[in-house]
Amino acid sequence: MRPPRLALVVAALTALVLTSAAVHALTAGARTAGPRWSAAERETLRTLSLASLGPLPKDPSNRVADDPRAAALGHRLFFDARLSGDGRVSCATCHVPAREFQDGVALAEGMGTTARRTMPVAGTAHSPWLFWDGRADSQWAQALGPLESAVEHGGSRTQYAHAVAAHYRADYEAVFGPLPALDGLPEKAGPVADTAWRAAWARIPPARQQDVSRVYANIGKAIAAYERTIGFAPTRFDRWVDAELAGRPQTAESALTDDEVAGARLFIGRASCVNCHNGPRFTDDHFHNTGVPRPSVALPEDSGRATGVRQALASEFACTGRHSDAGPDDCAELRFATTEGEELVRAYKTPSLRGVAGRAPYMHAGQVGTLAAVVAHYDRAPAAPAGHSELKPLRLTARERAQLEAFLRTLSAPVAAPPGFLRQP
Amino acid sequence: MSHFARFARAVAGMAAGALLSGCMLFARPPKDLDYSRTRASAGGAYRATIVPQGDSIPRNRLHRWTLHLETAAGAPVDSATVAVDGGMPQHGHGLPTKPRVTRHVGNGDHVVDGMKFNMGGWWVVTFRVAAASGTDSVVFNLKL
Repeated sequence: MRPPRLALVVAALTALVLTSAAVHALTAGARTAGPRWSAAERETLRTLSLASLGPLPKDPSNRVADDPRAAALGHRLFFDARLSGDGRVSCATCHVPAREFQDGVALAEGMGTTARRTMPVAGTAHSPWLFWDGRADSQWAQALGPLESAVEHGGSRTQYAHAVAAHYRADYEAVFGPLPALDGLPEKAGPVADTAWRAAWARIPPARQQDVSRVYANIGKAIAAYERTIGFAPTRFDRWVDAELAGRPQTAESALTDDEVAGARLFIGRASCVNCHNGPRFTDDHFHNTGVPRPSVALPEDSGRATGVRQALASEFACTGRHSDAGPDDCAELRFATTEGEELVRAYKTPSLRGVAGRAPYMHAGQVGTLAAVVAHYDRAPAAPAGHSELKPLRLTARERAQLEAFLRTLSAPVAAPPGFLRQP
Repeated sequence: MSHFARFARAVAGMAAGALLSGCMLFARPPKDLDYSRTRASAGGAYRATIVPQGDSIPRNRLHRWTLHLETAAGAPVDSATVAVDGGMPQHGHGLPTKPRVTRHVGNGDHVVDGMKFNMGGWWVVTFRVAAASGTDSVVFNLKL
């Protein structure tokens, strides 16, 4: 017997409804089980995890880099305001340990106001280039820059050598061997901007200048040994990504919200952030012009890496310099550095994004006030004030920008350091 | 305007927007790229082979390549002047470092130091070779 036509239609409709309900249930099931990642996305996520960070690279230019006695000495020097022109500025003045070793202001304030934003310290032992423009090629060379800058520590080379002899002789000599004789040397002299101190330095015989510079370089090496111990602790993102890739269920400590996961997907995908902010430190250790505007305050023209690379090559404290402990084949970053080209103009170092949410204001001179404004900058991709921006507009929606920001906020955790190293000794 | 026409216009607009926007930054490389590690030079004068140290190409780390050069007839080329260049065609930037040939080790092999690639994607590396058979360039595509 043929079924009535109506019954057929009802059966067909029922089947359709059931199928669509089943598809809906499957889709919902897939959603609750977490997003799916392609093999390439999984690989990218894996490279971002702190678990992918290898051991600290050796610093052959600093033979005491891994000497705990040097680190303990460096810890004391880092906090010592006697290493300044007015007795009030230490490294910790701007690199505040409780604030990710930065100060929260657009332009750092030492004895005067600098032209740049204070950079954090954690993980910098992995960086081939230090400072926003990479004008130093090691942590110890970096540490020496601010000490002789008139607007930072504002002191001079002989002053620092005398300070070591007066306050740190035994600890210094245990690490570096006997201090040279400093008697008769001026209290204040050095190859610095101050004309009187510079003239006094010029009157010191070259051999004694070298003695003083050696002590000065060793101050940097001790501070670097201390800074080498400051690292990253796992963040919520790390816990999430490790569980995600291992197929483990997320916990209250590891779970990301749907928006944060969507932000991660944008970060490694359509928003292209991962092009430069790659690897477990979220930096390619390179220099990019991203169209960051000039600061609103009047500052000398800043050409970024174009000047920085020349300063790095010319520095007496470079890996290839006389105060370095490196062998001739050790300084490859310096030997193969790109030194010319339009790409260097107003290019600045890709900063690590670990802890980024706690480090407003942003960019090399604190030009951008909030994380939301940073995301908006990269979305909008304005033309560079000089040189050429590498950015292209992303055309994200407001929701997507918020998701990216939410993701960036999952990258924070207190810095990791040996006991006592975050406090005044 | 019909719904379809409006829909079609919206799709066309989105496609144009995608082409004009930062999509270039995450565009897939052209499909027909030759990723061979042995390639002929553009003018056919040389054949070049690259051998990255450790075989796989690391990200964000200086490393060394060996560049093997021979003539089209297969004779090793030892006394070549080689210039290294490269970059990411879809990003419009060059190599992050300035690699160069640091040693000629014989049998057509040249040690290239200072290679570094600081991001994932499609890279090209060009060797401009000047030797007895003339000046010619050979281009390698890399997918990182």
